[in-house]
Amino acid sequence: MPQLIRKGVRIDESFAEAFPMSGTGLIITAPTRKWALIAAHTMTGFATSVIGCGCEAGVDLELSPRDTPDGRPGVRILLFAMSSKDAEKQLVNRLGQCVLTCPGTAVFSAFDGEFSIKVGDALRQFGDKWQISKALDGKRYWRIPVMDGEFLCEAKVGLTKKSVGGGNLLVMGEDWASTMRATEAGVEAIKGVRDAIAPFPGGIVRSGSKVGSQYKGMGASTNDAYCPTLRGVTASALDADIGCVLEIVIDGLTSEAVANAMRAGIKAIVALGPKHGAKRIGAGNYGGKLGPFHYHLKDLLP
Amino acid sequence: MKPFIFTLRQEPNQRLDLSVLTPDKLLGRTLKEIEAIEIGTTRLPVTVGDIFKLRAGDVHALHYEGGSERFDRLGAKLLPGYEIHVEGDVGAELGRSALGGSITVVGDVGVYAASQNAGARIEIVGHADDFLAAPLAGELTGMSGGKVIVRGSVGVRCGDRLRRGIIIVEGDAGEDLGSRLIAGTIFALHAVEGRVGYLNKRGTIVLAQPYELGPTYVDCGAHHLNFARLFAKSLGEDSRKAATVLKQKLQRWGGDTAVYGKGEILTPA
Repeated sequence: MPQLIRKGVRIDESFAEAFPMSGTGLIITAPTRKWALIAAHTMTGFATSVIGCGCEAGVDLELSPRDTPDGRPGVRILLFAMSSKDAEKQLVNRLGQCVLTCPGTAVFSAFDGEFSIKVGDALRQFGDKWQISKALDGKRYWRIPVMDGEFLCEAKVGLTKKSVGGGNLLVMGEDWASTMRATEAGVEAIKGVRDAIAPFPGGIVRSGSKVGSQYKGMGASTNDAYCPTLRGVTASALDADIGCVLEIVIDGLTSEAVANAMRAGIKAIVALGPKHGAKRIGAGNYGGKLGPFHYHLKDLLP
Repeated sequence: MKPFIFTLRQEPNQRLDLSVLTPDKLLGRTLKEIEAIEIGTTRLPVTVGDIFKLRAGDVHALHYEGGSERFDRLGAKLLPGYEIHVEGDVGAELGRSALGGSITVVGDVGVYAASQNAGARIEIVGHADDFLAAPLAGELTGMSGGKVIVRGSVGVRCGDRLRRGIIIVEGDAGEDLGSRLIAGTIFALHAVEGRVGYLNKRGTIVLAQPYELGPTYVDCGAHHLNFARLFAKSLGEDSRKAATVLKQKLQRWGGDTAVYGKGEILTPA
């Protein structure tokens, strides 16, 4: 594969192929940062891939009390699904089980999308007719009495169908430790990009997949071309100096956010250099025929 | 753009119906046409030109220089995006059934101000007479949206049958504040009297001073309510005094248990 070189790191002349998704988000606040994070991590747990989890979700940003509607520490989470119906179902279920239940929390819309999802309007009935509605500045909030006081929840949150899922970077290095070091640096940089999340554990996935399988009925299976232990026995995409591959998958509210996140990730990985970090950066695609969004690595270089 | 100005020539000799002078009704009209508009309410004809000297300007913002307690129904059915400013007093039914926009009165207003207001922001720098935001006889609900801020005091039964929206009274409130309250929020930041929140269904009344409530209000304890923190932030520019009350720990009184009983009165704990 043709390659470019930046600071000794080889960069494939390839592209990441991404797909349209429905995206929504919440601002979760709590009396302390600790409990805002607990609620956010619980709600976005088991949300790595739409294939098995129904949605992809993660923490976008931590917010200081100055930046939240109620002046308490907060966390902005984003959730993506293949349809607005799936996004609504996942959001309301996760909100009901993971945030309504979490001590001290309150919930607000993260952005004004072209559509909206009823969340407070769906959860209010938990209040068993003791819930109170308040309309402030054109928005409706529900005060639902719970055992630690009141759960405050905005009636509706924004939803956009202009989201993009599946931006990715394949980080290739000599061994697990150096590859992980580079990938962690990439994830850390992506955390600073607004409107984008990396939904896999710690932002990283090691089980990249290809379309299809030798088994009937399996839509996806291990990406053998990038498995280092199969380098000699498959049509491998790996060079002789690559012993480990890790992937960062990125979902964003806009195509621009995904591009910005990939750009930030590449910059951080390249900055680490090939000696202590990755030797090569690639991207996963399906030949460009399945997803309408293509992010060419050569356009995102530092 | 300069506002369209109505300057009072003389005190009117009869009550006037100014509901015909909302900005949307003046759009596209010439000064002569506006001067010819009938605003009298008796058999003696009175036109705009008899009472006001006009100065052309953008009718999206109307400015009244001089007021009178005979100016009735000023800003009635006001639409979103328009503004009315009055330097002087105003009569009955200010901003009645307004759908949006903003009205400011630097003076006192008569009875039934903001009656059935559905979305306008109405600020009264002076005092308001009885039945602020209340329904007229025979109507089932009072104000159904918007915000009313009174810097002075209000008369009796302010917020009667309030359905939605916010009323802030920075001065004293007359008897039976928030009577037959359906929902919405009323702030009274000075003295109150009579049966506060009488037959309140599910509305919120915030009092800045402790008050001896009737037996149909039940103590629900003192709490730091998160919604109050959000409310305080939202009210910051409209009334710093109201925002200050909300930032405190609040005693919650549930009621009126004589009726539906899902409402509340909040007082500093």
